[in-house]
Amino acid sequence: MAKLLPKRDAVIIGLGWTGSILAQQLTDAGLNVVALERGPWRDTATDFNIAYMQDELRYAIRKDLFLKPSVEAMTMRNAMDQTALPMRDYGSFLPGDGVGGAGVHWNGHTWRFWDSDFSIKSHLTQRYGAKKLQGLTLQDWGVTWNEIEKSFDKFEYLCGISGKAGNLGGQVQPGGNPFESARSREYPTPPMKMSYAPTLFAQTVAQQGFHPFPTPSANLSTSYVNPLGVRMGQCTYCGFCERFACGNYSKASAQTTILPVLMKKPNFELRTESEVLKINLHSDGKMAKSVTYIGDDGIEYEQPGDIVLVCAYGLMNVRMLLLSKIGQPYDPVSGKGTIGRNYCYQTSSAARMFFDGKHFNPFIGSGTLGQTMDDFNGDAFDHSALDFVGGAGINCVVTNGRPIGNRPTPPGTPRWGAKWKQATVDGYNSSMGFSSQGSSYPVRENYLDLDPTYTDRHGRPLLRVTFDFPENDLRMSHYLSDQMEKIAKPFGAKVTTVSRIKKGWDSVPYQSTHNTGGAVMGSDPTTSAVNKYLQSWDVPNVFVVGASAFAHNAGMNPTGTVGALAFWTADAITKQYIKSPGALVHT
Amino acid sequence: MSSSLISRSGSRLRSLMAFATVALLTASPAFAASNAGKYQAVLGDCEGCHGKNLAGGVALETPFGKLVTPNITPDRETGIGTYSLEDFRKAMTQGVGPGGKLLYPAMPYPYYARMRDGDIAVLWSYIRSVKPVKQAQNVNQLRFPFNIRFAMHGWNLLYFQPTALAPDSAKSAVWNRGRYLVEGAAHCGACHAPKNFLGADKPVLTGGLLQGWYAPDLTGNKVSGIGNWSGDDIVDYLKTGRNAHSIASGPMADVVENSTMNMAGGDLVAIATYLADLPPSGGPGGGVDRRDMQLQAGARVYRMNCAACHGLDGKGSAIFPPLAGNANVTQALADTAARMVVAGSKAVATPAAPTGPAMPSFAWKLDDAQVANVLTYIRNNWGNSAPAVEAAVVERVRAEK
Repeated sequence: MAKLLPKRDAVIIGLGWTGSILAQQLTDAGLNVVALERGPWRDTATDFNIAYMQDELRYAIRKDLFLKPSVEAMTMRNAMDQTALPMRDYGSFLPGDGVGGAGVHWNGHTWRFWDSDFSIKSHLTQRYGAKKLQGLTLQDWGVTWNEIEKSFDKFEYLCGISGKAGNLGGQVQPGGNPFESARSREYPTPPMKMSYAPTLFAQTVAQQGFHPFPTPSANLSTSYVNPLGVRMGQCTYCGFCERFACGNYSKASAQTTILPVLMKKPNFELRTESEVLKINLHSDGKMAKSVTYIGDDGIEYEQPGDIVLVCAYGLMNVRMLLLSKIGQPYDPVSGKGTIGRNYCYQTSSAARMFFDGKHFNPFIGSGTLGQTMDDFNGDAFDHSALDFVGGAGINCVVTNGRPIGNRPTPPGTPRWGAKWKQATVDGYNSSMGFSSQGSSYPVRENYLDLDPTYTDRHGRPLLRVTFDFPENDLRMSHYLSDQMEKIAKPFGAKVTTVSRIKKGWDSVPYQSTHNTGGAVMGSDPTTSAVNKYLQSWDVPNVFVVGASAFAHNAGMNPTGTVGALAFWTADAITKQYIKSPGALVHT
Repeated sequence: MSSSLISRSGSRLRSLMAFATVALLTASPAFAASNAGKYQAVLGDCEGCHGKNLAGGVALETPFGKLVTPNITPDRETGIGTYSLEDFRKAMTQGVGPGGKLLYPAMPYPYYARMRDGDIAVLWSYIRSVKPVKQAQNVNQLRFPFNIRFAMHGWNLLYFQPTALAPDSAKSAVWNRGRYLVEGAAHCGACHAPKNFLGADKPVLTGGLLQGWYAPDLTGNKVSGIGNWSGDDIVDYLKTGRNAHSIASGPMADVVENSTMNMAGGDLVAIATYLADLPPSGGPGGGVDRRDMQLQAGARVYRMNCAACHGLDGKGSAIFPPLAGNANVTQALADTAARMVVAGSKAVATPAAPTGPAMPSFAWKLDDAQVANVLTYIRNNWGNSAPAVEAAVVERVRAEK
């Protein structure tokens, strides 16, 4: 029997970005909150020590900060008629681990999804007709841009995001992204200072009539004091962001923006190395009463709470619902059920240009030191004559010049030996790249469920990912590869390579950690797991917060929208739910 | 479930209202006395040595061995529950416990001796009101002969002159209040005064070495002291733990958190007024020539390891403290600075400045000579001037940490 603990107003599963934001907002509203985090406590000076944080072997290659498959693995397959096998190591994507979650090791691209994303089905149907969306399970998110804009603003000001507004209250701003939806105010800090590669990129694509702008960055261009009074330092462009934690207090994370305030609150408690096994429901199945977890002492506890906030990594949120039997699991044959539905990923390709006599100095880098053009993203361009919907942001970002991982060589270079060595020396400093980060639109047959065979260390079924790139997205990505070839030509490089994505998603090489969907938000309980406030349709005292709620994935990094959804949910709980607990949306 | 949430919210509201009522009651004389006593405990930083619950057990490392602080809760067996007000007053002002037991001056009775009777009386009423904790402490773990309390007779004869502070009529009331606090309850000299060979504080605040930290010079010296701080800078530092010149960490972080952060604004101004008026000390003694090889080597270490946060110009940033003009790095002894590098240090976090940034340890990365070199560079750049640091100092600090 699990040891029963005193009840709390709210129990949070996972203390990453969303858990921290919700804990902060709910404790501000006076609730007594406990957070249960499976991984360890992590703090900047002790765990992200600047004296050794730049250890590429330890952090980037051996993946020191990431979730280990021995703790939780997943199985994968490309199609329903295959048998899924466990990933022996995380490769294609790298879930975070410990306090701060994936917000510790991200690159810091901080986007807002667009007005046309939140109402994607209505928008595309109106513009192109319903036939254009055939085969896709695209649906509106149930929340509108005007409702959620303030939440984006809150997240950006919490983080101190460095960028340039492109649309202030409907007025397009020079230097910003003309395709973004209207924002209520400028970014909190100015864009990062550009190094040579993004400067050249911006010049060259602007000459072609495109609209480059500084990629909005959570690696700050200047010191910043956020609305909680927490201070961040200026980014040093060291180029150790993705897969690393920031030792300089320069990259926005729960550690650098919220935890110094949250951890001191008397009505907040964090228990680390505490793994939640499931959410327990009252006997009528209508309300959650508690969660069962194994504490750092190995003892099983039952933690009751009036509200349960599922704030783990998106994929784990879905698994938690399935394991807890909350909501109806999605069935790809009938299309019925909601838990596991609309799983999406990211559809990307890359261009690399090798020059003679140019010096890009990629060691001056940052996860978000770069320029983006959104001329081919989302519905920024006319798809009438095209055989797909969706698009990609084209990013020229100098994330790093790290010595092990960053050794670009042109095609035809030997894989080892003196010629390879010479080519890596030449390619390191005289090549630059840009890439397309493409949307991923949902189809009936891409989904998440529990694996029938493989279990974790506690005997619970693993999550099974059934995914392949849909035809729509492949056509989109190939179109983007064509555009990138055209865009690259005027650069006059000696050699240019542009990759083209292929059918048959492979879970081994790293691609993107932007897994979305599976517990999507919406206004129809038959096609969404949670309502517009990320509240479970089935168990209204359970909120499921994170990229799991995305009804599709756009051609952008998800964290900005994840942060906005966390503030949006927190507002719904503090302003509506605690005054009148129960379903916030009635159908 | 839903009803329980509501009722709980309701009870929260009720407790908030109760709090408001209590706040109104502070006007009553009885409550005012107990509150005033609590404030005296803040001024004297009782929690700093006797712990949050005043039950003691905090180990103080002294050059004479270890002293563990006693339980001063009203528990009759293990605390001071059997004390009378007079017993308490004698302990506070004469260093003598009931039965003539002599206290060690780690208990800063030479400072508390200057407290007014009324302040001690309200402090006593507060101490009587805290929750008794049964927890015995093995207080005296000093080496021979210092473990013999009787020896303190001689010490007191030599170094202890319990005298009340006569107001200095040439100075303002604010200055006099500041002196009363600095030289009395707040006992700043317990750390910031140099010690003689038997551990007695000299009557100046020119800096002192204690428990492996060098508490910096608080006089008007512009290099090693706080001569470049405005009165507001001093108040900001004591209230928030940071100002444009420095950020509190190490033992001072605890002092800010337990004591100065909670002091009344007027008292902080008084302390600032008094400290700002202290005549400059002689400073740390000569600096190092810019051409010095140690300094040159240190500059390279600095560029690679320190500049990212503290800046090539040594000016720091909104989050990290400057090293230019930061008295912590220019003291006569470089123990604190060396400790920062080899052990790291976490700054205090206060409601006004909640970040509490920390300096990581470079013990793994820099050897003793590199640390000595970089400290020599920091101590002699951007207008700083202090003697060179020897690798042996770093070696000692590394062994202590």
